Amino acid sequence: MTSKTLSGLLLASTILGSASMAFAQDVTLTIESWRNDDLEIWQSKLIPAFEAKHPGIKVKFTPSAPTEYNGALNSKLDSGSAGDLITCRPFDASLALYEAGHLAPVTDLEGMKNFSSVAKSGWSTDDGAVQFCVPMASVIHGFIYNKDAFKELGLEVPATEAELYAALDKIKADGNYIPLAMGTNDQWEAATMGYQNIGPNYWKGEEGRLALIKGEQKLTDENWIKPYQTLAKWKDYMGDGFEAQTYPDSQNMFTLGRAAVYPAGSWEISGFNNLAEFEMGAFPPPVPNAGDPCFISDHTDIAVGMNSKTANPEAAKTFLNWVGSDEFASIYANALPGFFSLSDHTVAMEDPLAQEFVSWRDKCDSTIRSTYQILSRGTPNLENETWNASANVIRGTETPSDAAKRLQDGLSSWNDAHK
Amino acid sequence: MTQINQNKRRRRWHIAVFLAPAVLVYTAIMILPLFGTLQLSLFREVDQKQIFVGLDNFRILLGDPRWSDSFWNALWNNTWFFIIHMVVQNPLGILFAALLSSPRLRFSAFYRTAIFIPTVLSFVIVGFAWKLILSPLWGIAPDLMNMVGLKSFFEPWLGKPEYALTTLGLISVWQFIGIPMMLIYAALLTIPDEVLEAAECDGITGMRQFWKIKLPLILPAIGIISILTFVGNFNAFDLIYTTQGGLAGPNYATDILGTFLHRTFFGFQLQIGDPHMGSTIASLMFFIILIGVSIYLFGIQTRLRRYQF
Repeated sequence: MTSKTLSGLLLASTILGSASMAFAQDVTLTIESWRNDDLEIWQSKLIPAFEAKHPGIKVKFTPSAPTEYNGALNSKLDSGSAGDLITCRPFDASLALYEAGHLAPVTDLEGMKNFSSVAKSGWSTDDGAVQFCVPMASVIHGFIYNKDAFKELGLEVPATEAELYAALDKIKADGNYIPLAMGTNDQWEAATMGYQNIGPNYWKGEEGRLALIKGEQKLTDENWIKPYQTLAKWKDYMGDGFEAQTYPDSQNMFTLGRAAVYPAGSWEISGFNNLAEFEMGAFPPPVPNAGDPCFISDHTDIAVGMNSKTANPEAAKTFLNWVGSDEFASIYANALPGFFSLSDHTVAMEDPLAQEFVSWRDKCDSTIRSTYQILSRGTPNLENETWNASANVIRGTETPSDAAKRLQDGLSSWNDAHK
Repeated sequence: MTQINQNKRRRRWHIAVFLAPAVLVYTAIMILPLFGTLQLSLFREVDQKQIFVGLDNFRILLGDPRWSDSFWNALWNNTWFFIIHMVVQNPLGILFAALLSSPRLRFSAFYRTAIFIPTVLSFVIVGFAWKLILSPLWGIAPDLMNMVGLKSFFEPWLGKPEYALTTLGLISVWQFIGIPMMLIYAALLTIPDEVLEAAECDGITGMRQFWKIKLPLILPAIGIISILTFVGNFNAFDLIYTTQGGLAGPNYATDILGTFLHRTFFGFQLQIGDPHMGSTIASLMFFIILIGVSIYLFGIQTRLRRYQF
């Protein structure tokens, strides 16, 4: 009797449930992301703009912490509880998701026409035939500096390495500011904002990066060790106890005006604009000698793809097409200064610091981080080891040549091109 | 007679009924996953397909220097983490319990609560609080040391490979010292007054009374604490992960089996998760703990003398 009532109830609820679906027709798309800093912008700007144009589709942005994102997303995808739209890390992390059948191909989407092949490279199969995420933005590395401090000490913006160290020496001698706001506790800043920031000038951007992938250059070559030798000098310019200084510590140190120069990624811009009460400027990584060609890391960082098991593929495709539109590019680039649109649309940006960063694209050659494509596929993982080695070199616990040799040995142990 | 026996046997069904919930739940959420993990460790994924490789994953983990270096590093770090707890946490716990059980101590309820409170805090809070306390930039540790003229001894402990793990060990001791203290305290309270009075009549008082009478009587409790510490430490993960991150820096100095397993199983940054090697590490952790517990159960516990009053 009770079981009959129960099944009756269940039956009724399914019918009612589907009936209400049929009437309302509202589809809800959920976006998985690691950008929990952007929650506000998605909710107040991007989602309303999209929903206004596409009635019947509701969008929910559900970010998780950056360090937990990859692990959490993989588990969710495996168990089938992931959202309809997946924010894509560049290269292998997303490629693996595509190969495992979690991401649907987006090659033929209307919106994909607006991206160059370089922009799409981060989310293509190795042969470039299939794309599985729609590129959203790139980040550019450089140095952000405290303009007031530079003015106070009469410093010029450094263009070469020698000028940078001369400026840092002056700041140190003055003693009012910590020359470089960086720590090694979290390790990744040492690699990302250190090694990958200044490195392209030594390995000549794409030329060196591609040669490394082909095995024509080795990490023990001079142009790959030199960035480490430069990093080893940073120690003297960092604050007391930098070994235990975390990433938020460094951000606070700089925005409170206690440090003069911050090795940065452009994603800091919006956060810093809110916090810093002094005027900020930026300069690209200084070249080794005056007159050398300059290279910047303009890293394809973020894209969005479609969960292949989504219940609403049509709505998801509509959203992805919108991501490729100039409306999205313009809202995104202006709401998040420091995340530069990868699409071919010309986007006018208002933030002066973001304009400064993006202006380097015109005078320097762009490249992406050296460890991201193909080279971090094996064990030991080159990216992890680069974090570790960069932090060790800055701490002075490993010499640049030892670190380079260790990385090369690790790479040679599994990568066919380096055997 | 047989009739009665059968009746008796038939009536025993209630045992099964009462055991069922616990057995079912425990099987579903502990035993099945455990065997699932052991099974995963015998396979490898090649071209999206799982193939059986026998014990090859274990051979790689222990024999291939690309894996074994990390594994032995993690195992040694884990052992050191355990040693710190055994040398600092448990003796201090016994000391606090002995002091608390002294009838002449005032405010003992306050001390007991104060020492026990960190145990109920979340790892995240403990890790964050200590990271702030020890921060060379905003922490109160450098200021406090400055006040007593010890500033020159301050180091960014969590950031130095030679100190980081010991520092984290001591933070964990700070957090969990309440557990051995409470268990020993309870054991001390069960010692009957007659025994102590008899000892006093024989002229055994003070420290000698502790060493000769109380310590032998609380040895079983100390044994239980040791094994709990062992299991807890070799399963540890949270504190390291929340304070040092997934790469367990500096230079893998704080990488213990738990963080190594997490990084391997779920992946980290560009490192793609490998459930099979991860399960291999998890299986080895299980065997290490199993061996440790067995040594205790069969080698030590059976030899402990118990006293009945």
